[in-house]
Amino acid sequence: MSTTTPTSVAATGPAGTGTAPATPGSADRSAAEIADLARSVTGSALLDDTAWRRYLHGLPGVDKVGADGRAAALGTRSIKTTSKAWALDTIIRMVDLTTLEGADTPGKVRALAAKAVRPEPADPTCPSAAAVCVYNDLVPVAVEALAGTGVKVAAVSTAFPSGRASRAVRLADTRDAVEAGADEIDMVIDRGAFLSGRYSQVYEDIVAVREECRANGHHAHLKVILETGELATYDNVRRASWLAMLAGADFIKTSTGKVSPAATLPVTIVMLEAVRDFRALTGVPIGVKPAGGIRTSKDAIKYLVAVNETAGGDWLDPDWFRFGASSLLNDVLMQRNKLATGAYWGPDYVTVD
Amino acid sequence: MTTTASTAGSPFEYAPAPESRAVVDIASSYGLFIDGEFTPASDSGSFKTVNPATEEVLAEVAEATEEDVDRAVRAARRAQEKVWGPMPGRERAKYLFRIARLLAERSREFAVLETLDNGKPIRESRDVDVPTAAAHFFYYAGWADKLEHAGYGPDPRPHGVAAQVIPWNFPLLMLAWKIAPALATGNTVVLKPAETTPLTALLFADLLRQAELPPGVVNIVTGARATGSALVNHPDVDKIAFTGSTPVGKRIAQEIAGTRKHATLELGGKAANIVFDDAPIDQAIEGIVNGIFFNQGQVCCAGSRLLVQETIAEELVDRLKARLSTLRVGDPMDKNTDVGAINSPQQLARITELTDAGTAEGATRWSPDCELPSSGYWFAPTLFTGVSAAHRIAREEIFGPVLSVLTFRTPAEAVAKANNTPYGLSAGIWTEKGSRILWMADQLRAGVVWSNTFNRFDPTSPFGGYKESGYGREGGRHGLAPYLIEGSTY
Repeated sequence: MSTTTPTSVAATGPAGTGTAPATPGSADRSAAEIADLARSVTGSALLDDTAWRRYLHGLPGVDKVGADGRAAALGTRSIKTTSKAWALDTIIRMVDLTTLEGADTPGKVRALAAKAVRPEPADPTCPSAAAVCVYNDLVPVAVEALAGTGVKVAAVSTAFPSGRASRAVRLADTRDAVEAGADEIDMVIDRGAFLSGRYSQVYEDIVAVREECRANGHHAHLKVILETGELATYDNVRRASWLAMLAGADFIKTSTGKVSPAATLPVTIVMLEAVRDFRALTGVPIGVKPAGGIRTSKDAIKYLVAVNETAGGDWLDPDWFRFGASSLLNDVLMQRNKLATGAYWGPDYVTVD
Repeated sequence: MTTTASTAGSPFEYAPAPESRAVVDIASSYGLFIDGEFTPASDSGSFKTVNPATEEVLAEVAEATEEDVDRAVRAARRAQEKVWGPMPGRERAKYLFRIARLLAERSREFAVLETLDNGKPIRESRDVDVPTAAAHFFYYAGWADKLEHAGYGPDPRPHGVAAQVIPWNFPLLMLAWKIAPALATGNTVVLKPAETTPLTALLFADLLRQAELPPGVVNIVTGARATGSALVNHPDVDKIAFTGSTPVGKRIAQEIAGTRKHATLELGGKAANIVFDDAPIDQAIEGIVNGIFFNQGQVCCAGSRLLVQETIAEELVDRLKARLSTLRVGDPMDKNTDVGAINSPQQLARITELTDAGTAEGATRWSPDCELPSSGYWFAPTLFTGVSAAHRIAREEIFGPVLSVLTFRTPAEAVAKANNTPYGLSAGIWTEKGSRILWMADQLRAGVVWSNTFNRFDPTSPFGGYKESGYGREGGRHGLAPYLIEGSTY
């Protein structure tokens, strides 16, 4: 029996759907363009708290039971053999290999960088990870270790993980990382400001950090961490996603990994719906990065299924989807080897960091 | 068998993930299950049951004659009077719990067989049909020793012998809905499964023997219309429970009029799924999809009329089309299939006739671009826009994957349009406004009103219709009433 499923979202979907996302560079809009877009989408010239509140609270709600149910249903997809091989390699290409501990040393960062470049030294077909994600002060170490490899350096700036510092401090933090050569900046939003309805403050923070990412000819990619575990409701997740996208985020990211719950599948789906709708409305594609708590290949594959069936196959690319993870890569490597050889390695055959 | 992937431009092709059919043994022929034994039909008549996804003949099944039906009813009467009726409720409960546990244990076998015989995706038979069937037995097992507390007097009694006729859309689940409350209340049963889907009922008979249920308590007679008619009209039947089409339900009601027989009828539907402009839009889309494409839309409570508030109609239809384009249609045994085969060529012809009428009446028809398998009975998910309340597709039950989209402007108009149908089985409301949900639920003439969800089934919740959707309730405490005569011994 031959069965085929439909292929024609583009013909009928909302404007923008179905076309491939532009390259990351095209999201490099000027601050004025970003503000213009925010004004036109919100329908307000002022962009003050009232305008933001009116716009964000006017977005369609998210029904928690339904969203959780959809995530559970997508989690039952069965992924076998050829799809699984493709999925495992794609996951490796999407991993931001992360170490965010007070005890991090230059040595640990170098080890992580080596692993990101060649996750499976014995197998040249194994792709590199997307990036290495470190604290600000270790950016120079990572930049040196990754020079010329194509693996990006991501830095968590803006008083990570709480974000509780003055804007001046957070901008200086970002500047440090960008000047040291970070390719990507993972910033945290001020959740206190968001929860108390000071939306314009959050918007302006993101705009300012974005300016810092682009200052002096630099081109750092901006990932905005919503810390969804602290936002508590899916409605807030959707609102924060739109606020960040309208403020010029290149990526929206779930979590710092320091707060429980970190990334969950339903929250990620809510964010994927937001980027899908944002592109349909504005033509601008935004990336999504779940981070924290994704440890197994099986879990990561569920995220890929959600990407495929929510935002669409266009997003199945490291430019548009990343995993923030430290231990996920090892499980993927073990599964990858099992698929190739039929035998399961066990954890002693992959490096611990 | 191959299944190709869904989303446009995606490199992520799900490889075929077929469930193994080796977990179930299908015999080449089946007899009737009467008085605890499988026996051939008295005139050796039989009919074939086929896999609707491939047209492969699965088995030959005995066709019960009037004489066979009589034998089954007499066996049920004996068992009711001698064993099952006098048995204390707590003992009956043990058998029901045992059946429930065995169903759970053998769930994979039942799910595979259901999908082979019915054509529904294995995902649904595995995740919905079989677990919900087991849940019904667990639930009614709990009632068996508490009937005097159920609100039907201090000493409620069973009717006696229940004749039960069930449809082909949820063969095992409808069997559970019928048999579990009947047994819990002390009735015995003669059940006739639909002629296109008898196999899970016959496997269930095997399970009953494993559970050592006393002979005659449950009898299963297979056959088509003549068998059903013989059963319903048998003079020694006390209670009739029928789920199926409205025309057949009406005929049964006429035939038993003037007799002492009691009946519950669960018939057709043309449910309104009402979406307001403040609805949680992404979940509403999922609910619409689940409402009409679950089990290929072959669901009596399917949300086949989508009523959308005019302000969001265009956006909602766009989103719906995009979502429909990701539905995976094909091999029901593939674990990733969302929409399977239509149950029979007759049903396919009916769907085709009604959708052709929709086109002829001027509604705009849309289906995602999908290639259907060359053998088997298939119908692509279909959406009609520009539908008027006067169109046949908006009035008649299609019982297939066909959604008609209508619009409304005010809540009162939504209620008026939703209620403007001869049916009244179910309805759905999508809005973030709680007070509106309560107001609407009060206005809608439907047995079940779902809010911000659709097609949820729970053994603790009563299910049944208004108007031509039938009478009586199944499920919950209410589901006990049709099987009990209120006791007045004080």
